[in-house]
Amino acid sequence: MAEPMVEVFIFETRQFLEQLEQIALGSEEQGGFSEEDVNEIFRAMHTIKGSAAMMMFDQVSTLAHSVEDIFFYIRELKPAKVDATAITDIVLNAVDFMRIEMDKLDAGGTPDMSSEELRAYTKDFLRNMKLDNGHDPDIDLRKAKNAKKSSEATGEGASAPAPEPEPEKKQYYIGAAKPAAPAPAAEGTSGTQHVFEATVFFQQGCEMEEVRAFGVVNNMKEKVKELHYLPEKILEDESATDTIRNMGFRLFFTTDLNYDEVKAELDQTIFLDRLELKEVGSVAELEYWPSQETIAITALENSEPIKPDMPPVQRDLSGPVKKPAPAKGGDGAQMITVRVDKLDKLMDLVGEMVIAEAMVTQNPDLKGMELDNFAKAARQLHKINGELQDSVMALRMVPLEGTFKKMNRIVRDMTKKLGKKARLVLVGESTEVDKNINEHISDPLMHIVRNSVDHGIEMPEVRVEAGKEEMGTVILSAENAGGEVVIKIKDDGGGLNKEKILERARKNGILTKPESELTDREIYSFIFAPGFSTKEAVTEFSGRGVGMDVVVSNIKSLGGKVIVDSEPGQGSTTTIKIPLTLAIIEGMSVSVGGSRFTVPINYISRSFRPEDGAIFRDPDGSEMIMVQGKCCPVVRLYDMYGIPDAIHEPTDGILLLLETGDSRFGVMADELLGVQEIVVKPVPKYISRMMKTTGISGCTLLGDGSISLIIDPQQVHNIIFD
Amino acid sequence: MEDDKLLMEDEDTQKDKYLTFTLGDEVYGIDIKVVIEIIGIQKITVVPEVPEYVKGIINLRGKIIPVVDMHLRFRRQGKEYTDRTCIVVIDVNDVLIGLIVDGVSEVLTIDEKNVVPPPELKASQNKYIRSIGKIGESVVLLLDWMKLFSEDDQSLFDDMSSEETVEQAAE
Repeated sequence: MAEPMVEVFIFETRQFLEQLEQIALGSEEQGGFSEEDVNEIFRAMHTIKGSAAMMMFDQVSTLAHSVEDIFFYIRELKPAKVDATAITDIVLNAVDFMRIEMDKLDAGGTPDMSSEELRAYTKDFLRNMKLDNGHDPDIDLRKAKNAKKSSEATGEGASAPAPEPEPEKKQYYIGAAKPAAPAPAAEGTSGTQHVFEATVFFQQGCEMEEVRAFGVVNNMKEKVKELHYLPEKILEDESATDTIRNMGFRLFFTTDLNYDEVKAELDQTIFLDRLELKEVGSVAELEYWPSQETIAITALENSEPIKPDMPPVQRDLSGPVKKPAPAKGGDGAQMITVRVDKLDKLMDLVGEMVIAEAMVTQNPDLKGMELDNFAKAARQLHKINGELQDSVMALRMVPLEGTFKKMNRIVRDMTKKLGKKARLVLVGESTEVDKNINEHISDPLMHIVRNSVDHGIEMPEVRVEAGKEEMGTVILSAENAGGEVVIKIKDDGGGLNKEKILERARKNGILTKPESELTDREIYSFIFAPGFSTKEAVTEFSGRGVGMDVVVSNIKSLGGKVIVDSEPGQGSTTTIKIPLTLAIIEGMSVSVGGSRFTVPINYISRSFRPEDGAIFRDPDGSEMIMVQGKCCPVVRLYDMYGIPDAIHEPTDGILLLLETGDSRFGVMADELLGVQEIVVKPVPKYISRMMKTTGISGCTLLGDGSISLIIDPQQVHNIIFD
Repeated sequence: MEDDKLLMEDEDTQKDKYLTFTLGDEVYGIDIKVVIEIIGIQKITVVPEVPEYVKGIINLRGKIIPVVDMHLRFRRQGKEYTDRTCIVVIDVNDVLIGLIVDGVSEVLTIDEKNVVPPPELKASQNKYIRSIGKIGESVVLLLDWMKLFSEDDQSLFDDMSSEETVEQAAE
């Protein structure tokens, strides 16, 4: 697929885009951009611009540049009149554009869409904004700013021809490994080494000089032995652009190439105006050449034995000695991005280890032996394994926050387009769920939120008339409840129209029961049927009848369910319940005849041997038992799964009382085998497509290597209860 | 079959090679390239609600693999498993499946020119047979393994209906 470089670029850019979107939306809400926001947006756009240019995605980088300009203007001149909504639109449009391009890139395409229109619009907007605020629309901000800065500073400004780097500046190296290579040694011994000093001038008005300079560096890096350049911090230092514009971009390097070859290389530079290239005798003659010593220190700390091998240090003593900066991001490296498949692999391995542990500690060969020390060591192993498992599991857990915040954008766009007023309130967005869930929940949430705003929230006038607040509210909440994560989308709109839904259901012929027998919930659930829409007019957002069926299929694929409740005039609530089905669960294994079954432990409320006559039958032959004054149905596993040779007499077997939601039922097995951590493995597809409603959700390997089928109490519940 | 073309170069050494196994009185052959391994019969975990010929699942070094009794798959009388009974594990498009056969014999090379298509009979038996190979005087029925995965097998649903009645009783 994509190259690692591109992958990182996509990943980073996406993160920035997400950040940008959030800031922009937040700012709009507050009615203006705080200084911090402006800086953040500026920085994000600046970085995107830089990396996009590096990857040669000009459309993206120029667009980022034009947006950056707006924020540069806001930041520097602090104009009084700032149309936050319009600027937010610009930022969001740019974000959308880039996001599409990133998707394209991710899919293996090239980001080739033209951003011309957006850019032109952005430029015009900035111009108008400058005029509005009484500024000269053609003012070159960067220049103005740097002039100001240099006059404030020691006078050694960027506009003055300053061949010597400013002392406070830190050294910046490209490719830290290069100087450490034995290459420099060749300098003294072989005569093929050429030393060059080049100054590259870009065309007037080509813009983004710093990025283009970076391109030159990238290009040259491959062909030279050692390379230094001024200004040193091209992308980090804002004054760099100006320096390059005025004084050219200065490169100092040693290379095997001869003069003509170097010239040919540099001549290829895009937007090149003028090139000054001169060859000098040795690095000592260069105006700027950081010492080998400092490089060696950066490359290899405490490398005494290597030092003597270095060529004699010929330092340009007129230049101040500079301390190289530590590798970029060196101390801030507390986050690391890991590919998901690596995590999955790790998870699989931990799973295998859990099985292997059980195979060792519950090995049949150990039966009946006195193994005090072994047991002790085994307990220790078990504890560590447990912790390892938890940690691996935690690695995959991500807060719902990101997904939730995406909904802000949807509500904003829709209310704007539909002329409605609504706000989105997030509750419990820090709830953590498995990454898998987080990914699959995004689309369903989007559809439900859309639906809430489009169909639920009324127009402002209607709301006022109904005595409600003009501004509608959509509450998106998440919480962990037992083994499930519960996500609710609640709006205070008009609620679902039962009659209309029924009518449409009748028309579509999807009624499953006589109408009089349908419960409210069943009626509401029709909205999830494919092709179902009660809306007469198809809008941009909903009404086409596609979408809501995606909700159900997506959530079902996660093993969850969706419930809709609605109160006419008060709004509706959509509840999504998704089991936190983690791949490793604690399960109680039971035997039935020659088969083994495993029940997730958190569903078992108790297990006991029923007394004689405790289980009774109703006239239809269904069995039940009284437990704590409640009548619970009983199923016999051997009966359900047609297993021969199982214990048929309840008093000889064991009854597991399972609890799902608010109902309880008994499951009869032969014997308890014990509690074990089990790794859930899917039933092979070949088989799973043949079985649909058995209540088996997967299988697992027991300590002795045999296979146990995992019973999903929820499914069994659905089989038993209507 | 497109795969064959793509894999041609790699498959050269495996081309025209078949693993032969016995099933009742007949000798069958299966392309060696889909065979992963041959294991002895072992404990099979029964799974509910599947056709009779799917005997269940086995644990092959941590992988869970469904096993199919070939006698039953061809709608014949099932046979007692003996210590000659083998499970031939094959991999078709990344789906692993074990075929229970009476016993494996050898790996044979059957030249393309010695392979003939089966006669088109009304009885649908031949649909699992791609072609018939000749080895001297004897014949080998070459298995069309893709068909083993076909979903439109009626017997697949026969058992389902009986399962459903069980469930309805439970309800």
